[in-house]
Amino acid sequence: MAISRRKFLTISSTACLILMAPLKTLAVWSSAAFYSKNLDDAYRNLFGSTELIESYRIKLKVPKIANNKEAVPISIKTSIKNVESISLFVKDNPQPLAASFQIPAGTLPELSTRIRLEQASTVTVVIKSDGKLFSKNQKVKLASSSCRG
Amino acid sequence: MNVKAKIKNNVTHVRVLAQHPMETGHRVNTQTGEKIPAKYIQELSCEYNDKVVFLAQFGTSVSKDPFLSFSFEGAKKGDLIMLRWNDNTGDTEKIEAIIK
Repeated sequence: MAISRRKFLTISSTACLILMAPLKTLAVWSSAAFYSKNLDDAYRNLFGSTELIESYRIKLKVPKIANNKEAVPISIKTSIKNVESISLFVKDNPQPLAASFQIPAGTLPELSTRIRLEQASTVTVVIKSDGKLFSKNQKVKLASSSCRG
Repeated sequence: MNVKAKIKNNVTHVRVLAQHPMETGHRVNTQTGEKIPAKYIQELSCEYNDKVVFLAQFGTSVSKDPFLSFSFEGAKKGDLIMLRWNDNTGDTEKIEAIIK
């Protein structure tokens, strides 16, 4: 069977892409996930799945009542092994995906940062490990604005 | 960008404070009534030995002047790390820091 030039090019370029794929270990900035307007869309666009396993092996430290909604401190730590990424979501923000962190081998699965809350909401951290998605939630209320200067 | 890197028990702890407005694109200028265009960091990376050891990807929900702390293994005291961010308008900043 003769293979046309076009077919040969299609096959060879596909093969090239497949062979090159393992070299690209770090994900690119996913505009679809970051621009998603609700949680499920954000999960789907970032992970390709909405199936989360709630895990007590994740420690999520975020105040129950936030004094300053513009800068809510948040710390994450986990004993889960082979962590690939840690992602942070705020359910009621206009764009729920706040941040996503890639954790290469040799980097500890723990970090701290500060995020914004548009209103009282639930903060969710999702940890990807061995193809599974583990999560932990915490509700955060806002201190009444009159308490701030 | 302010960077502090300290090593303890073979683990390097890095703290980063980047100066950046992190404009969401949702805010309105009260004087002119115009929307303030979005300007926010999309990626912040830390490299050690030409290898990315940490990569943060941000959306608009990260606070103004983003703060980050993280830790990685395998470096030595006196080694260099390189931090770099780029935002949605194409601005970037790059800085080197010595591990103390």
